[in-house]
Amino acid sequence: MDSQIKGVSTGTTILAVTFNGGVIIGSDSRASIGGNYVSSKTINKLIQVHDRIFCCIAGSLADAQAVTKAAKFQISFHSIQMESPPLVKAAASVLKELCYNNKEELQAGFITAGWDRKKGPQVYTVALGGMLLSQPFTIGGSGSTYIYGYADAKYKPDMSREECLQFATNALALAMGRDNVSGGVAHLVVITEEGVEHVVIPGDKLPKFHDE
Amino acid sequence: RFGQLSSGSDMAPDWTMKEVSTGTTIMAVEYDGGVVIGADSRTTTGAYIANRVTDKLTPIHDRIFCCRSGSAADTQAIADVVTYQLGFHSIELDEAPLVQTAANLFKASCYRYREELMAGIIVAGWDKRRGGQVYTVPVGGMLVRQPVSVGGSGSTYIYGYMDSNYKPNMTKDQCLRLVSGALSLAMERDGSSGGVVRLAAISETGVDRQVILGNQLPKWSTA
Repeated sequence: MDSQIKGVSTGTTILAVTFNGGVIIGSDSRASIGGNYVSSKTINKLIQVHDRIFCCIAGSLADAQAVTKAAKFQISFHSIQMESPPLVKAAASVLKELCYNNKEELQAGFITAGWDRKKGPQVYTVALGGMLLSQPFTIGGSGSTYIYGYADAKYKPDMSREECLQFATNALALAMGRDNVSGGVAHLVVITEEGVEHVVIPGDKLPKFHDE
Repeated sequence: RFGQLSSGSDMAPDWTMKEVSTGTTIMAVEYDGGVVIGADSRTTTGAYIANRVTDKLTPIHDRIFCCRSGSAADTQAIADVVTYQLGFHSIELDEAPLVQTAANLFKASCYRYREELMAGIIVAGWDKRRGGQVYTVPVGGMLVRQPVSVGGSGSTYIYGYMDSNYKPNMTKDQCLRLVSGALSLAMERDGSSGGVVRLAAISETGVDRQVILGNQLPKWSTA
């Protein structure tokens, strides 16, 4: 459980959703120590590991930063050797290897999302023990428990970019509204063949619901 | 963490030494003219489903029900006590009791014995003074009135769905759809919730109960 991590942790909400032509990866921006003190209100949990591949982190911030730094190096080295942009699956596998081989020491989970020429938009999740799974969309972090029902009900395959952006924004807003260790602003990155677009929605511009 | 790989004796299955619990999903919504309440139907002892057709919607009075979650024994005992107390009070008063009275009786028992009990209860009903009302008495013994309330282990998964789909001043049918949709989503994700969906609509005219079987539940696009 995120709340048992010592040190700075991202009790958090992260998600990644594929749509027709791309993928959106999103997160909140709160980092807390033990769930009592917000050590950062504006942390960016969306790490770019290559031109069209991002990953987002949940769990111990220290572990996540160490792993993503190592993964970023390995992925760019692999890409140079292969003389082509890396596959999203390759990037996810690199993270998985690091998580699985160091599972005793690490407490971090990842979502990898991106676009490549072979399979288009993809989402992979690497769970705490090092399991790798490909899904059309995935949610993670402590805040995700509150939006399983919403995500199951509202997700449909092959959404448009706007529908997907609305889905991801609503999901983050709902989770941030119920989880006290998720909050701040909503960071969203839209990845397509054409490029990468970063959308930031400040807390007061997030969708509001019936009791707010 | 993998947690414990086994606890207690390896000879006996875990359901012989686990307490019976209604790890569950319960929900209640106010509408203009009454309330809609709903629950799943799974009671577990550890990994074994002791009862797959449980009725967690318990009548306390003619137009007042409670939805039970937590320890099956504790919630049954509390409900029995409150049913007696409320019935006596209603006879003395010579009129139908208020939902707020029933809720306060639950709160009194749950708060006084909070160390011994594991009970999360939602009290809902209709009375002449305030119409349809929902009161929640979670573990610990707090009491608060809410237009819509969810409870039980499965409730965490549907907070987002409920926040985004509930709007004030819904009709009875919209409430029934909201509750059955939310319960089926929770039952899909929570291992301790499942079986059938039991619904009840309580209003001035009476109580209207229904059951939605597993194969008739709303389906969503991803499993």
